[in-house]
Formats: sequence, structure tokens, C-alpha cells
Amino acid sequence: MSLLAVSRITKRFGGLVAVNDASLVVEQGSITGLIGPNGAGKTTLFAVISGFEAPSEGQIRFDGRDITALPTHVRAKEGIARTFQIVQPFAGLSVAENIAVGAHLRHARRDDALALARDVARRVGLGAELDKSAASLTVAGRKRLELARALATGPKLLLLDEVLAGLNPSEIRDIVPVIRAIRDEGVTILMIEHVMQAVMNLCERVYVLAQGRIIAEGEPRQVCEDQAVIEAYLGKGAAARLSARAGGAHG
Amino acid sequence: MTGRALMPILVAALLIGAIPLFVSANTVLNFLVFTLIIALAAQGWNILGGYGGQFSFGHAAFFGTGAYAAAILQSRFGINAWAAFAIGIAAGAAIGWIIGYLSFRSGLRGSYFALVTLAFAEVFRILANASAITGGAAGLLVKLDVRPENFQFASRAVFVWIALALVVAVLVLTAWIERSRFGAQLVAVRENEGAAKALGVDTLKVKLTAIALSAGVTAAAGALYVQYFLYIDANIAYGTWISVEALLAPIIGGAGTVLGPLVGAVTLHGLGEITKTLAGRVPGIDLVAFGALLIVAVAFAPDGIIGLARRLRARIGGGGGA
Ligand SMILES: Nc1ncnc2c1ncn2[C@@H]1O[C@H](COP(=O)(O)OP(=O)(O)OP(=O)(O)O)[C@@H](O)[C@H]1O
Ligand SMILES: [Mg+2]
Repeated sequence: MSLLAVSRITKRFGGLVAVNDASLVVEQGSITGLIGPNGAGKTTLFAVISGFEAPSEGQIRFDGRDITALPTHVRAKEGIARTFQIVQPFAGLSVAENIAVGAHLRHARRDDALALARDVARRVGLGAELDKSAASLTVAGRKRLELARALATGPKLLLLDEVLAGLNPSEIRDIVPVIRAIRDEGVTILMIEHVMQAVMNLCERVYVLAQGRIIAEGEPRQVCEDQAVIEAYLGKGAAARLSARAGGAHG
Repeated sequence: MTGRALMPILVAALLIGAIPLFVSANTVLNFLVFTLIIALAAQGWNILGGYGGQFSFGHAAFFGTGAYAAAILQSRFGINAWAAFAIGIAAGAAIGWIIGYLSFRSGLRGSYFALVTLAFAEVFRILANASAITGGAAGLLVKLDVRPENFQFASRAVFVWIALALVVAVLVLTAWIERSRFGAQLVAVRENEGAAKALGVDTLKVKLTAIALSAGVTAAAGALYVQYFLYIDANIAYGTWISVEALLAPIIGGAGTVLGPLVGAVTLHGLGEITKTLAGRVPGIDLVAFGALLIVAVAFAPDGIIGLARRLRARIGGGGGA
């Protein structure tokens, strides 16, 4: 059964159409990728799914229920958690307190929330930074904090917006297994990602968004060879030039 | 709640509560009651402003509502003073919730929220100054009838202890908030509202709860003012002076800390008294001292006196302090 079904979502900002008639489904237990060039509308689509922006048209179904009209915090309660591409830490609080805010969603008592926060911090590799101020974390640390806070809400679906951006290759190597482990423990994941190596590694299925439209979907490898996708990234005629060059190299 | 959180509260309560046992000068006791009333009003502000990050510039709206409700119910309707006191708190909380609903529902924050609260307080002041039930510009007297059941006492010391009991009750309430889910969510709203929402925090509900609590506490200060001075008028009840006192004390003492408002109120008014004594009766000299203190605080102790103390302790203790 699909956990999330986005159907024919359009989002306009004044005259600008950021998302244009986009549909996708995320299967229960999968890691699904959402890729596309800068400004394609990926983050906007996440904002619509998580309830930060109301769609101009279309419908979001989650766990078999129409959630299009629900406010953000209710969607979180239903089991949708997101991270922010531009990290949004509670800067004045410690790492543990940051994560505890997420943990409080399903735990009323402070001790329980803090215990869960410690547990989640260990899972994402922040175990040693619990008492540090969130403001003092490195970029990689802040990305992990985004992940930890979202995870602490006990979600069914995790929306990850470029959690690997700005990390160096060794940091990426460290966090990829963390993401896979989260899925293996039963959390479905939809991730926006530019780091293709990680997309290839993690995702079973990928959607490609360009100029607000879904232009391709399928297995990562197959999508990367898609003519329309190559042109969306590299410009018109790029696919033909590339294959011509490949042909020339052979001959 | 752990003993560690309650210990400083107990110490502060004993220190202040002991003063009337050794000093009987009216000026000192007056000073204490007045300072505690300000501290109480400031504690109210601190819940919404210090913990919730919603800076109100119009807490007079709540102080005045508590004061007028207590005064009117007693003098016009003959309701028992203690009951009037309780109703005054409830009325303040209700006004807080309504102002909160109107402004938070429409997404007001930052300086816009501050301006709207200021506007409400000013409107209330003008209305109270003009309407009959509040006694208009002449103000309203509560009949002198010194009996405990009337919330009136011959001894000023008793008032010190009652004011102190209220301040301590709110200290305990604040310490509880600090360690509760509501408190964690309130601070999350202050730090980053969008992130809080994404983590399932019902930000509107959290802010409304905070403003109702905040307003109720500040209304208690207003009602207590009436019981002590047995007089109220529009410029006292809804005047800007109390809005300023309510926010200045936490900022000087440490906004978003349990003891900040009390420490700030004592520092501000202690300093005010000292300057008055030293500089003689130069009009407004205590205000000059307030201003100077505010500048010093903003420049050198952005987290107030409590924040400064924590940093010093952390440095002396080699980073071991909390
Ligand atoms: N709140 C907004 N108001 C107006 N325009 C917006 C708003 N949010 C996004 N946009 C515009 O919508 C388009 C899509 O932006 P979006 O951030 O969704 O792209 P993206 O695919 O996430 O890009 P990136 O890979 O750079 O993160 C952009 O042109 C952006 O400027
Ligand atoms: Mg984006």
C-alpha cells in the first residue's frame, strides 16, 4: 500500500508556478528519491506535503486519508516529519533539548522525552554532543540534528530535504548507513537529494522534478539515462551531444 | 520537581520574608510590598516574553484589568475582597486570551505584536478614564475596613508576606513550566516557530496558554495593588509605567529564567531608592538610574543578571556551571 499519495498538486506564488500538476506515490517501507535542478520546486512540494503551504490545486493522501486541509502540527501527529534544507535549529537550546521538543510529541513527561532524545542522538551519531549548544554545532552536526529532531517525533514518513548537502564525502559515507537503518526500523523515507551517489545507493525509486513538473520516474539508474532528465539538468540538446561524444570516443 | 530547582526559590523567599521580622520602618515595608508587586507583574510578563519570546509592550492591559475588577467588584457590587481578587485574576487571564487570539490568529509577532498590546492598554486606559463604572478620572476608592476577611490588614508585614507568597507561588509555577512539555514547546516557539510546528507543536495553542497565564499573573499584581493602596485610577491601572516595569525587570534580571524578574525588580527599585537617597530629591533621578542600568545590561549582560552570574560561575568553575 502506498503511504503517501500526492495527486496533481499545483502551487502558485503569484504568477510563478513553483509546482505544476505534480503527482507521486511513496510506498510503505521504501526510500523514495526526489531529484531535480535548482529551483525545480522540490522544497515547495515538501512544504505542501508537510502543511507549511496550502496547495493551489490537488490533494495529499496519507495513510489512506485526505490530509490536504490539516495544519502542520496535526500532520506531524499523524506521522509526517520533515527536515529543513536551510537548517532551523533552536539555537538557544542544547542538542538534547532540541531533540526533546520532537520527542515531546508522543511523550508528555520530560524525563521520557529526554531519554528518547538521548537514544535518538546516539542513533544519528550526536551522542557525544548532547549538552552542547545547538548553535555551536558544525554544518554536519546541524544536519544530524535536523534528522534527530524529526526522528524523535516517531514518524511514519520522514521527509528529508538535502540532509547531505554541504557535507564532505567522508561525512556522507557516515550518514548514508544511518538513513538506511532508519528505514530498516520501519520509517518510510522521501528524500530530496543532489548527491547522486547517495541517491543511487539508497533509493528504490526516484522522481524527477523540473520546472515544477514531474518529468520522469523509475529506478535511479534508469532515470539517470532518461533523455528528458539529462536535458533538464544540462540544457536542451545535451543528451544528443553526450551520446554523440560517447559514440565518437568509441570510433 | 527536583530540590535543585526549588532551592534558590526557598532561599529567596526566606531572605525576603525575614526582613519584616527585623525592620518595622514603614518606608522599608512599603518599598518591599511595592517591589514585590512589580516583581509579580514582571513574572507574568516573563512567561510570555521571556519563555515564549512574544514581547508585550502592554502588560498594563492585564495589570489594570486585575486592579479594576478587584476594585469594582468590591466597591460597586459588595463582593468579598478575596473572591474579587480571584475574579480579577480570571478576568485578566480572559483579556489576555482574547488579545492573544486576535493577534496570534492573524500571525502578528515581533514589534507588531508589541504595538498591538500597547494599543490595547492605551484604549483601556482611555475607556477607564472616561466611563462611569471605573469612577472616571477621579478614580475608585475601596472602602477602608481593616479585617482579614476584607483582604485588609493593620500590619504592613502581613502584606509583605502575602505579596511574597504570591511571588513564590509564581516562582514555583515558572520552575514547573521550565520542566514541563508546555515549557519545552513554549521555548521552541520562541526559538523557531516554523521548526516547532514541524515537530508537532500547536503553536497557536501554546501561545494562547502562555498569554492567558502571563496575563493572569500580572492581573494578580494589579489586584494586589488595589488591596494595598485601596485606590486605583486609569493612569495607574492602565498606564505605560507598569508595562515598562513589567518588561524592564525581567530584561535586567534575566528574561526566560525563573528568578530573573524578581532579581530585576529588586535591583531596579533598590538602585532607584539608593540613588534617591544619595542624590537627594532631584525629580526623576531614579529614572535616570533605570536608564543607565538598562544600557549597561543591554551592553554587558544581554541575558540579564542571572545570565551574567551563570557565565561568571561557569568561568570560575572551569565550565562546570549549569
Ligand atoms: N514562499 C515563496 N514565495 C515566492 N516564491 C517562492 C517561494 N518559495 C519558493 N519560491 C520559488 O519557487 C521556485 C521553486 O523553489 P524551491 O525552493 O521549491 O526549489 P528547489 O527545487 O527546492 O530548489 P533547490 O534545489 O535550489 O533547493 C523557485 O523559483 C523559488 O524562488
Ligand atoms: Mg530546495
